[in-house]
Amino acid sequence: MTQPAPLLAIENLAVTFRTEAGNVTPVRGVDLAVFAGRTTALVGESGSGKSVTALAVMGLLPRASGGISGGSVRYRLKSGETSDLAKLPPEGMRRLRGREIAMIFQEPMTSLNPVLSVGEQIAEQVRHHTGTGSAAAMRRAVEMLGLVEIPDAARRAADYPHQMSGGMRQRVMIALAMSCNPRLLIADEPTTALDVTIQAQILALVDRLRREHDMGVLFITHNLGVVAEIADDVTVMYAGEAVEAAEVRTMFRDPRHPYTRALIDCLPARARTGADGRRVVSSIPGSVGAAAAAGGCKFAPRCSHAAPPCHAAHPILEPSDGGHMIRCFRWRDL
Amino acid sequence: MSDAPLVSIRGLTKRFGKAPALVHAVEDVSFEIAPGEVVGLVGESGSGKSTIGRLILRALDPTAGAIAFDGREIGGLSRRELRPLRRRMQMVFQDPFASLNPRLRVKDIIGEALDAHGLAQGPERSKRIGELLETVGLDAGHAGRFPHEFSGGQRQRIGIARALAVRPDLIVADEPVSALDVSVQAQVLNLLQDLRRRSGMAMLFISHDLDVIELMCDRIVVLYLGRVMEIGPTEEVCRRPRHPYTQALLAASPKPDPDAPRTRKLLQGDIPSPLSPPSGCVFRTRCPLAKEDCAGAVPAMRTAGPDHRFACIHEAPKSET
Amino acid sequence: MDPAAAKLFLDRLFRRKLVLFGAVVLLVIVIAAIAAPLIAPYSPTGMRVTQRLRPPSATNWFGTDEFGRDVLSRIIYGGRASLGIGMAVVLASMLAGTTLGLLAGYFRALDTVIMRIVDAMMSLPDILLAIFLVAVLGASAGNVVLALAIVYTPRVTRVVRGSTLVVRELPFVEAARLLGVSTPRILTVHILLNVASPILVQATFIFAYAVLAEAGLSFLGAGVPPDVPTWGTMIASGQQYADRAFWVVFFPGLAIVLAALSLQLVGDGLRDMLDPKLRKAL
Repeated sequence: MTQPAPLLAIENLAVTFRTEAGNVTPVRGVDLAVFAGRTTALVGESGSGKSVTALAVMGLLPRASGGISGGSVRYRLKSGETSDLAKLPPEGMRRLRGREIAMIFQEPMTSLNPVLSVGEQIAEQVRHHTGTGSAAAMRRAVEMLGLVEIPDAARRAADYPHQMSGGMRQRVMIALAMSCNPRLLIADEPTTALDVTIQAQILALVDRLRREHDMGVLFITHNLGVVAEIADDVTVMYAGEAVEAAEVRTMFRDPRHPYTRALIDCLPARARTGADGRRVVSSIPGSVGAAAAAGGCKFAPRCSHAAPPCHAAHPILEPSDGGHMIRCFRWRDL
Repeated sequence: MSDAPLVSIRGLTKRFGKAPALVHAVEDVSFEIAPGEVVGLVGESGSGKSTIGRLILRALDPTAGAIAFDGREIGGLSRRELRPLRRRMQMVFQDPFASLNPRLRVKDIIGEALDAHGLAQGPERSKRIGELLETVGLDAGHAGRFPHEFSGGQRQRIGIARALAVRPDLIVADEPVSALDVSVQAQVLNLLQDLRRRSGMAMLFISHDLDVIELMCDRIVVLYLGRVMEIGPTEEVCRRPRHPYTQALLAASPKPDPDAPRTRKLLQGDIPSPLSPPSGCVFRTRCPLAKEDCAGAVPAMRTAGPDHRFACIHEAPKSET
Repeated sequence: MDPAAAKLFLDRLFRRKLVLFGAVVLLVIVIAAIAAPLIAPYSPTGMRVTQRLRPPSATNWFGTDEFGRDVLSRIIYGGRASLGIGMAVVLASMLAGTTLGLLAGYFRALDTVIMRIVDAMMSLPDILLAIFLVAVLGASAGNVVLALAIVYTPRVTRVVRGSTLVVRELPFVEAARLLGVSTPRILTVHILLNVASPILVQATFIFAYAVLAEAGLSFLGAGVPPDVPTWGTMIASGQQYADRAFWVVFFPGLAIVLAALSLQLVGDGLRDMLDPKLRKAL
């Protein structure tokens, strides 16, 4: 991949939470890049640390109990300068969140104010960030609702969140996010709670907005089907680490990390017909909680290719050809 | 089908509440499940798929229609009359956390099924529980543990062992893998396939995930707003869907292949509320083929092939997917 | 350690410390009441006319009352009646409230009837209802227990019904029903076991209210007869001397406050520890 400098470049990110049982580090080695006008999917199962990574980028980790404990989150500002978000004070981060970086979540209901109409909520955000008058802000809000393809936007602007369906609420969330003309959109499982036909609409919408606004999108999901639909680049996470990163076609055609390979093989759509005529899916033994030897590869306990060195030392994320990155000692042998 | 069906439902209807808040959950649904057959119910929210599962198990009372189990009408049986039938049909739940009583040990969760029907006592009971745990791929030595000591996938296995304890002829599996991670989901799907093969029980498999349905089921029933849109053998419905809704559903479900064709017709708009389903064909408000005629009468089932029927008045393009 | 982490740590420690403090105080009060004959320096009823209204001293730590009786000894013995009545009220209201709450929460048909009565009773102020009931039943320790149990049963009923309504909809209850498990077993093993923690928490609060209410009733003369030493009767009979001899009301009052406070603290602690969500955070 010969590309311009990334919009967002995360290097070796670590996040630590303090608990009474001691410190826990749900994220300890994430590397990923998001380019302007492209979508990077961050894929992982529960407990992989993908959502914590997103919150860390947004500066939304609960400050009292945790924070970024290592690595850097370099973001290329509109002005062209680069800023390390990991070191940015909360005030600076807040300013950036309104103007350059926006986020959408799985459940829009909890992020929307139930006592304000959706138009008012968007208008308020517009006023706050641009200082325009109320009438202009409301016009802009209706325009934003139109942008996210809400039919009859002028009338729907007066609706309250509870009067809308899940899909419509997610559109409102996207309108809210787009109202500040973000250059980077972070989407954390935005379609997981939606029906498939509605999911398809939202995916198409996000994709259209990315193209039209030359936005970088960091799309967090557990669904490999969604990844194939929407991503240009993919980073796979396992137990708090990025284990493989590649361009989307490479990831599906030539996955090199044993976890990625196994994960793709687990999909019902990849079921094989066995000798006895029955269709079987591969699975990965154990669960994410499987305890790895201290200092060893995190996936080793569930890996069918694990060799003695895998339990003894921890592999680094090393580059292969064409920007493909793999965290495995044995990928060359497989 | 040549076999006498294990389950046969005719004109099954379930409405909740009273007007003006009357929910049309299931409307005039008919299909059969043969002994040993796996039938898939697929649909989005409001399709009534879970309600149908619960009606067949008689966890809910039908508003209208007939439910026959092994040739006997069970739609009107009382709670007491249903008790002996509980041995023959069981359920596997979606939520691996909320479906197990957190205060009971695994042996008592599974043992309760044996106790309720007096199937085993004393040492025989413990032996059966151990066997059941091993059948679902768990360690018999873990019978004394509490649910919170297990992972999500393991809990789902415990739920399956509980259902198997009475050796049922039918299992209703309501979204049994949708709360699980992909890697664990595959383990549970393979387990269910194995069990079905070994015990010859029939299954009603409810899911919103077409890939999972396609993998697990012999026949598929596609539902939309409480009505059957299309019904037929899995291969037929997935490869040669005839109803425009089935076609849209297949097109909308994300394929894990970046080179899959992306030019597809997206369904416009939202699923209507089951409080006020559209007249005539319930799908017409989102259907790309909708015409005036569609609002008139509920379309009758038409035959598309052997065992393959669909409810649409149009000659839908026979898309090969 | 940075300030944020230190604050978090102190917050939690302080929370736990208070619970610990409550538990220790409660334990001391209960042991003192049980072992009263062994600990009390004097007889609670022994009158010495020459020693009337003596201030606290080395011989009478908490002073003496208007009949020359040792206040400390009376508080220790009074704890038996006050805590005993409280305990009895808790047991009776738990038993009645849990039964009614389970029935109302599980059976739709009973819900309306039971909850109408509960709502009607809860709309009356506790103490007025208790005075009325004692007035009707007659003033005795047993009737105070009965009256207060009736007053607090609706609270328990409401808590248990609320939890039952939540638990009865959980899939494991549906699973039990589909297995053909009998209704009594569903009510006890599946529902009661899972609503036990809020009931337990409620019990400690009702204990505290009952101790306070008993004192209030006795103070108003609508409680146990004045010759039985309880913390409430001590304050009631001592109030006319309060301006000259504060100790005759101050120390029994302190006992009531400490008992009620420690019960509330223990209740709060129990609630936190029994709540799985909070337990994870602790």
